[in-house]
Order: sequence, then C-alpha cells, then structure tokens
Amino acid sequence: MNEWLDPLLLSRWQFGLTTVYHFLFVPLTIGLAFTVALFQTAWVRTDKAKYLQLTHFFGKIFLINFAMGVVTGIVQEFQFGMNWSDYSRFVGDVFGAPLAFEGIIAFFLEATFVGLWIFGWDKLPRGLHLATIWLTTAGSIASAYFILAANAFMQNPIAFRINEERGRAELTSIGELLTNPIALASFPHTIFACFMVSSGLIISVAAWHLLRKQNEDTMRPALKLGMWMMVVSGAITTFFGDSLSLAMTAAQPMKMAAAEAMYKTATGADASFSIFTLGTPDGVSELFSIRIPYLLSFLSTHTFTGTVEGIDNLQAQYVTLYGPGDYTPTIWITYWAFRWMIGLGIAHILVAVVGLWLTRNGRTPTAPWVWKIAIWSFPFSLLAMSVGWVFTEMGRQPWLVFGLLRTQDGVSPNVSGVEILISLIAFTLIYGALAVVEFKLILQAVRKGPAPLAEPDPVSGKIKPQVTVY
Amino acid sequence: MELNILWFWIIGALFIGYFVLDGFDFGVGMSLPFLGRDDLDRRVIINTIGPVWDLNETWLIVAGAALFAAFPEWYATLFSGFYLALLVILLALILRGVSFEYRHQRPEAAWKKRFDLMIVIGSAVPALLWGVAFANIVQGVQLDAGHNYTGSFFDLLNPYALLGGLTTLLLFFTHGVVFISLKTEGDIRQRAQKLAVKAGIVTIVVAATFLLWTTLAFGSLPTALFAAGAAVSLIVSFLANLRGSEGWAFTLMAATIALAVLALFASLFPDVMPASNDAANSLTIENASSTPYTLQVMSWTALFAMPVIFLYQGWTYWVLRQRVSRTTVSAAVETTVETAVH
Repeated sequence: MNEWLDPLLLSRWQFGLTTVYHFLFVPLTIGLAFTVALFQTAWVRTDKAKYLQLTHFFGKIFLINFAMGVVTGIVQEFQFGMNWSDYSRFVGDVFGAPLAFEGIIAFFLEATFVGLWIFGWDKLPRGLHLATIWLTTAGSIASAYFILAANAFMQNPIAFRINEERGRAELTSIGELLTNPIALASFPHTIFACFMVSSGLIISVAAWHLLRKQNEDTMRPALKLGMWMMVVSGAITTFFGDSLSLAMTAAQPMKMAAAEAMYKTATGADASFSIFTLGTPDGVSELFSIRIPYLLSFLSTHTFTGTVEGIDNLQAQYVTLYGPGDYTPTIWITYWAFRWMIGLGIAHILVAVVGLWLTRNGRTPTAPWVWKIAIWSFPFSLLAMSVGWVFTEMGRQPWLVFGLLRTQDGVSPNVSGVEILISLIAFTLIYGALAVVEFKLILQAVRKGPAPLAEPDPVSGKIKPQVTVY
Repeated sequence: MELNILWFWIIGALFIGYFVLDGFDFGVGMSLPFLGRDDLDRRVIINTIGPVWDLNETWLIVAGAALFAAFPEWYATLFSGFYLALLVILLALILRGVSFEYRHQRPEAAWKKRFDLMIVIGSAVPALLWGVAFANIVQGVQLDAGHNYTGSFFDLLNPYALLGGLTTLLLFFTHGVVFISLKTEGDIRQRAQKLAVKAGIVTIVVAATFLLWTTLAFGSLPTALFAAGAAVSLIVSFLANLRGSEGWAFTLMAATIALAVLALFASLFPDVMPASNDAANSLTIENASSTPYTLQVMSWTALFAMPVIFLYQGWTYWVLRQRVSRTTVSAAVETTVETAVH
C-alpha cells in the first residue's frame, strides 16, 4: 500500500493538527472568561467607566475566539469514534463517563450562560448579569477538569479492570478515576497556564496601545492586572508543573527520560538537567551541552540523591514487560518541547516582573523597545501552552493508553486512507482559512481599542452598558 | 428495567433535545433567503437564535458523549462507519457557528453575504444528513463480525435514507419558520406565518410518507403509535398555524419531532444498529452497552444534573422571551456604531 495513504499515519496527523488547533482557542476562552469576569466585577463594585470599557473590549475578543473553540471542539469528540473506533471500543466504558460529565455538567453551563451574558446586558439586573459571566467561567474551568481526568486515564490508567471476553477496559471506581494523581496535578497546571495565556494577551494588547501612547486610562490598569496575573499564575503553574513532573515520573518514567533525552540511568549529581544541547538528531550522542547538576534528580524525586532511569534501561524493561518493540517516543520532539515550554514560561514571568518594576508608582517607560518586547507576550505564551501539550501527548507514544493499548491498535480498521486524506485536507483548508479570518478580526478589534461609552443616565448618573446584537 | 434499556431511551431523549432545539436553528438558518429581504431582516432572523444556538448545539455534544459512555460499541461503529457523512456535518456546523459570530464584525455587504451563504449551507446540510444517518441506522447497514461498517459512503444514499433526509430537512425548516413567527414582530412575522403554511403542506406529505414507510418496513406496534402521533401532531400544528396560534404551532412542531425520533428508536429496539447482511452481526442494546457500574454512575449524574439543566435552560428562554423586531435590532446596531465612531 502507498505509505502516504496509511490510515494510522493520516489519523495521527489529523488528530494532532485538529487538537493543537483547537487548543489555541481553549486556553484563551478559559483565561479570558475569567479575566472579563474580573473586569466586570470591578465595574459592578466601583462603577468606574474604565472597567466597563475593558469588559466590553476584552469581551469582544473573548467572543470572537469563543465560537472557534466551540465548533472545533465538536470535531474532537467526533474523532474518537470516527478515526479511533478500536480505541473507543476499548476504553469507552471508562473514558466515556468523564466526557459525558464534561458535556452534562460543564458545557451546558458554559454554553447557556455565555448566551445570556452576550445578550442579557439589557435584560438582567446588574448582579445577575455579572453572575452569568462567572458561571460561564465556572463551566469552562469544569470542562477542563473532566477532559484532563479523561486524558489522565490515557497517561496513567487506573480504576479499571480488563474484561478479556469483551476485550475492553471496564471502570471500577469513578472516584478513583476522577482523582487520578496526573489529573490532580495537570488540572491546576493547565488552568493557571490558561491564565498565563490570557495575561499574555492583555499585556500584548496594552503594550501595543501604550507604545502608541493611546487609551492610557484603560490600558494602563489592564497592563498592571495582566502583569500581576502573569506573575501569580506563572508561579502557580510552575509549582504544579513540578507536581506533575513528579507524578509523571512515577507513571511514565519513559516520558520524563525522553524529556531529558537521557539514555543512561543517572544518580545524584549525574542526574543533571541540560538547558541546551546540540547533538545528533536522535539525541544518542551529544556534541555540546550546558547542564545543571543535581537538578534532574531534584525535579524527578525531590531529593539530591535520587536515581533517574535512562531510556535504554526503560526500553529493556518494557521489552520484558510488553514484548518486543520500540517503546521510545520521538526524542527530539520531547526534549525540545519540554525546554520551550519551561523556557517560555519563565521568560513570561520575567517580562512581567520587570514590567511591574518599570511601571511602579505611576512610572511609564519611554523606551519603545520595552513595549515591543512586551507585545510578544501573547504569541509566545500560546506557543508555550501548545508545546506543553505536544510534549505530554508525544511523550506518551507509542502508547495510546499507557501500557494497555498502542496507538497503532486504536485506529479505525474500516476507514480507508483515502477517506482520512479527504478529511485531513478538508480540515487543513477550512481551519487555515478560518485562522486567517480569526486573526484579522481579533487584530481589528485590538487596534480599534476600547470604545467610548454612552453618556451616563441623567437621572441615576449610571453608565449604561452596550447592548449586543448579531 | 435494565439500565442499558433505560440508557437507550435516554440517548433517544438527548437526540430529541438536540433535534427539537438545533432543529429550529437549522430552520431559521435555511429561511434566510426566503424571509430576509434586506440586511436588517436577516439580522432580525439571526438574532432570534443568536443567544441560544450554541446552547442548542451543545445537546449534540452531550448526546455524542453519552452515546460514547453508555454504548461505546454503537458510538464506535456509527462514527467510523458514517465517516464522510459525519465529516460533512462537522464542516457544515463549523461554518455555521463561526458565521453567526463573524457576520456582524464588519459592515461591508459582500462580507455579510458570504457569511449568510455559509449560514444557509451550514444549516441545510446537517438538517438533511441527520435524517439520512438516522434512516440508515433504522434500515440497517452492512456490518462484519467485528461490528465494523463495510459499506461505502454512497451506500448510505439509498432511497429510504434520502427520504429520511428530506423529512428532517423539511421538518426543521418548518419548525424554524414557525419559530421566527413566534419570535419576531411586524411584517416579517406575517411573512413567516405564510411561509410556514406553504412549507407545512409539503412537510406533511413527505413526513407522512417517510413515517409510513418506516412503520411498514421496519416498525412494530409502538413505532406505528409514535408515527401516528407524530403525523397527527404535525397536522394539528399546521392547523394552529393557519389560525395564527404561533405558540401552539411551535409546541406541536416540537412534539412532532420528538414523536418521530421516538418512532425511529422504537423500530430500532432492541437493536441499536442492525446489520442488514447478517442479523448475527447486529449491534444490540445488550452487546453494545457499557457495564452496569458505568451506567449506574451515569444515571445518578443525569438524575441530579438534568433537572438543574432544564431549570436554567428554561429560565434562559424565559429571559429572552421578548420578540425581536427591526426597531430593537437597528437601535442596538446604531448605539454600537455611534459609540464606535466617537
């Protein structure tokens, strides 16, 4: 068969493409819902016009982005059955429940109240209308929990037994499934990373306007909030990133060895963390490297004398355990994705800390390059988020469900390469075209800046919010 | 009652929820070229579903996820088997969804026209294909011993299934037009009423034929009862519309869709996906479902969550009960434009 029409390869590309794409909108939805809720709360409590302007302004960006998150999300749910039917048959009894919870508990909440929020400005009392954006936020955060719990089963399968006769995994405890240690660590890690992305957006947008010395009354407070949010959520993301790496070392030592491209088992000082390495593409031999001794031992075990298992050793163990095969993920991807995630994350926190220092006590930096650096916060925070997911998903390979089901065994047996090629091309074209439109619309909204508000009501002295129509 | 039988009917109920709610969204989208004489008309039409299309579409996500959780084999066979059909539905839903949000972002007529077209296509295609898909499920498809679909995309386009597609297309169209008459004011409301009468006649003929075919070829007594109920409800809805009782006409259209889905599920029972080539390969409630434990967990969740969901979704529709008119839309558009110009 023509290797370009290999259903496995094409399905993997399609799932990767559509997931990475979907996950550009999701963090922004989660982060911005929360941020807009903060701005609106500030307006309701203080009645200051600038907060209402910020609510409308970032609310508009939130909505342009929201629709894309919704429509690309349906594709994700459908794909499990369309392209990975054997996977669905194998895990459905376990994996389906958190997906159903996500829909029933989280998505309904999010989708209902976002509609009320958009169209309810003139139909609901102020406090109740504020509640709708908080319920939208709650729905979006809850959805992240359930999908991460489902994903955690793939990373670290627990709470199941194998039914040999039916050839499937069956759920034994929903409580255990939902409290998978991987889920408990990856949930806060991901949510606060989402907040970093929305902080990144706010910093970028505010810096763009402040560089042009415009809209300072709204953009300065926005910048301050963005930077504080970046520092705080950055710290929390880092903290839970550490918990996650600890849990992941226990669940999938191979992934963490692959994150380090570490072939040989090492202990203590030898278990060093390499910041930068030049080597052959497969990572087997090293040409040049900057390393911090003990750091890997500490990250993996929280001690300075820990032993971190190497790829070679793990590969041999897995062959004994699961039979002959290659159990090593693609090293250059895991190694560099891991470094870009951490490096960009730290860079963002630093930019925000420096920014807070430069703008302390009403100061405003005059050098344009300061703002020009800050403008990059958003694209790079999104990139950090994206490579983080690429790392954790690619690092799980060749497994679909770690230790239970290989990726090659999960693909739909009856969907032809041609069909998948058609869908892959269709998704690529439509997603590509929509990305251009989406980007232009967001840029247009950003450039326009916060709209001025109507005159306050002469009787009550209160400002009336804008009413939205399609 | 066994839990998997309960879940068979819950899946049916979730699809009823989806078809009744997103059904009128599809109809509203399809009616744009018929009822939207100018841009303001089209804005009025779109704004009747503006706040709720997303929540209505969520019923599909929930129905899909519940199918995955309660009947993994059914979900796997159906979604992989109807691969290209579902792909087309997905692409249509993507285009429709973003168009609602993008359309009003720029004032140019050409820009709006492009998204209007995408709303029409994005509504008509799923309205047609959902009927095709469900008719094929009822009719049975070729399955191998591993429950994998062995037919092709074109096998799905057989006369019975196409009639099923036409039925859902027309049902949703009429449902949506009736919804517009219920949710708007003035001239457009009158025109929607008239269009609903015309569309109603065609819908009655096509839907009655499809339901009769279903009952005779694949049905049992419950199928016949539900199908007859659907037909009566559709005709009474038509009469209510003639008398100008929009509320009744809409409620009865919803009942028609619900009864028609029940007729299809009743004719499936106790299969979930019959194999047309060999009955031994059929997927049944028994061999497709999850374990009693998983179904039990799901049942408790549904039991506690669904009443709350009905409450807040019902409340949402109540908050948004006001009719949309040219005056309200143009006033809102003007304030937005005005403040933007300042």
